[in-house]
Amino acid sequence: MKILVCVSKTPETTARIAFTNGNTEFDSSGVQFIMNPYDEWYALVRAIELQEAHGGTVTIINVGPAENDTVIRKGLAIGADEAVRVDVSPRSALYVAKQIAEYAREQQFDIIFAGKETIDHNGSEVGAMVAEYLDMPFISFATTLSLEGERATISREIEGGEEVQEVNLPFVVSAAKGMAEQRIPNMRGIMMAKKKPLNVIPPVPFEDLAVATSYTLPPAKTAVKLVSPDNMDELVRLLHEEAKVI
Amino acid sequence: MVLVLVETQKGKFRKPAFELVTYGYQTAQVLGTECAALVLGTAEGAEELGKYGASKVYHVQDSSLDTMDSQVYAAVASQAASQLGAKVVVINHSSTGKSLLGRLAVRLNAGSVAGVNGLPVLEGGVFKVKKPAFSGKAISEYEVTSDAKVLSLMGNSFQPKVVGGPVAVEKLDIDVPAGRVVSREMKRVEGVTPLPEAELVVSGGRGLKGPENWGILEDLAEAIGATTACSRPVADADWRPHHEHVGQTGIAIRPNLYIAIGISGAIQHLAGVNNSQTIVVINKDPEAPFFKAADYGVVGDLFEVVPRLTEALRKFKAEQAG
Repeated sequence: MKILVCVSKTPETTARIAFTNGNTEFDSSGVQFIMNPYDEWYALVRAIELQEAHGGTVTIINVGPAENDTVIRKGLAIGADEAVRVDVSPRSALYVAKQIAEYAREQQFDIIFAGKETIDHNGSEVGAMVAEYLDMPFISFATTLSLEGERATISREIEGGEEVQEVNLPFVVSAAKGMAEQRIPNMRGIMMAKKKPLNVIPPVPFEDLAVATSYTLPPAKTAVKLVSPDNMDELVRLLHEEAKVI
Repeated sequence: MVLVLVETQKGKFRKPAFELVTYGYQTAQVLGTECAALVLGTAEGAEELGKYGASKVYHVQDSSLDTMDSQVYAAVASQAASQLGAKVVVINHSSTGKSLLGRLAVRLNAGSVAGVNGLPVLEGGVFKVKKPAFSGKAISEYEVTSDAKVLSLMGNSFQPKVVGGPVAVEKLDIDVPAGRVVSREMKRVEGVTPLPEAELVVSGGRGLKGPENWGILEDLAEAIGATTACSRPVADADWRPHHEHVGQTGIAIRPNLYIAIGISGAIQHLAGVNNSQTIVVINKDPEAPFFKAADYGVVGDLFEVVPRLTEALRKFKAEQAG
């Protein structure tokens, strides 16, 4: 079985969010970058578990510049067999999806994993886009995935509950919490990762159609108004008259 | 034309559907065009969408559309958009909408913006629209340069507004392709507003000490008709069902009121709730980081404070009703 895992590099979850260059770019100074948690904890680990159970290979793909190699190597250390990096700094989800789809089309993967969303752009778009480019079924926000022969049974998050779906290989799936448990790479994994193939390929030409051009920070929160624990009538009054939420 | 793809649940329209039509109507006004609604599968009362500004409702009445396969939905919706000459397609940023947005972008060769929370503007002819990013810690402005555009609307960011009356529903003849995804089971909590759509949310953390203590939180939620939620450790310990987990790895919500009880307010939790309009924090630890993100805070023992708040809210509700 051939599995592809799409991974993204994002600022670390507690990173200070600021912008530079006239608020047109994320200010990465002093920021630590990580593999997008949904891609790493859930998509990648579940892909590796499936490979361990059913055989085959797990390939990581990232669309980004050479500095992303650190994040990609971590994925190899966790257990992916090989990696591909499309050497370009992308500006939109559609651009990323196009690059991934062009690579995947040649390779005929059985399952393509993505994370449920990235924690920077929060778009949740790439999985669906790759699926559409490749004319493959897509199941989003998967919390469990089991495989019997060619048939997968997948539960997915929906508003206020879950849905159980079935689909045959090949398909694209986006992974949410529940899919797998985070794995910490061990020393052997880290050593082996250095020898695993990381192929760098050029992008295919593609024009962006929607691009984030400027950023703002939300207005600063005013200081918290403390209410005495003995005076809940006052809190109710504030919620009604001041906040107007009840 | 702005085309809004309106979702139903078991054939019925719910609040997000009306929010979407309102957004579509106002977007159409910005662009100097009209808004039409597209309804897929079994639906009751589609004519009512006219009240929120749809000048026409198109209905593809095929029961195979009662369950969502993104491939099928995208094929039908993109055909409808082409047939009707819609340049902008808007959907909800829901589990269905998020599965579709990317597909529609590819099919319609459209620039897409996921999870918008403001109306688009035309600046010197350039289409710009804003959305929250970095887990609510920033706002991104997008420029969409393609002729066709697809947007998904963040829940509870536009309130439904009645601007007219019911309109005629027109059947749309579109071939519905066979799907490859089979829906086996839908498990939904009945009678409760799902978290992503809830206006009022009461949420509990480790401070409640155990699942057996959730009664006081449920009483509070019931007093104001709120939906209950929880923090990650609570879901991980199986004190509460996983679909109640809000935060970075759970779901992101933006209710009008978020009451956090016994939750310290780790940055990963805040990422899921910091777009709430008003935040109330109840915690015995005055140093809990959540107070920095709160509008109102109560420093005290939640086992005493929460029942008192419930009492006060019941009294308030009774006065309002009387």
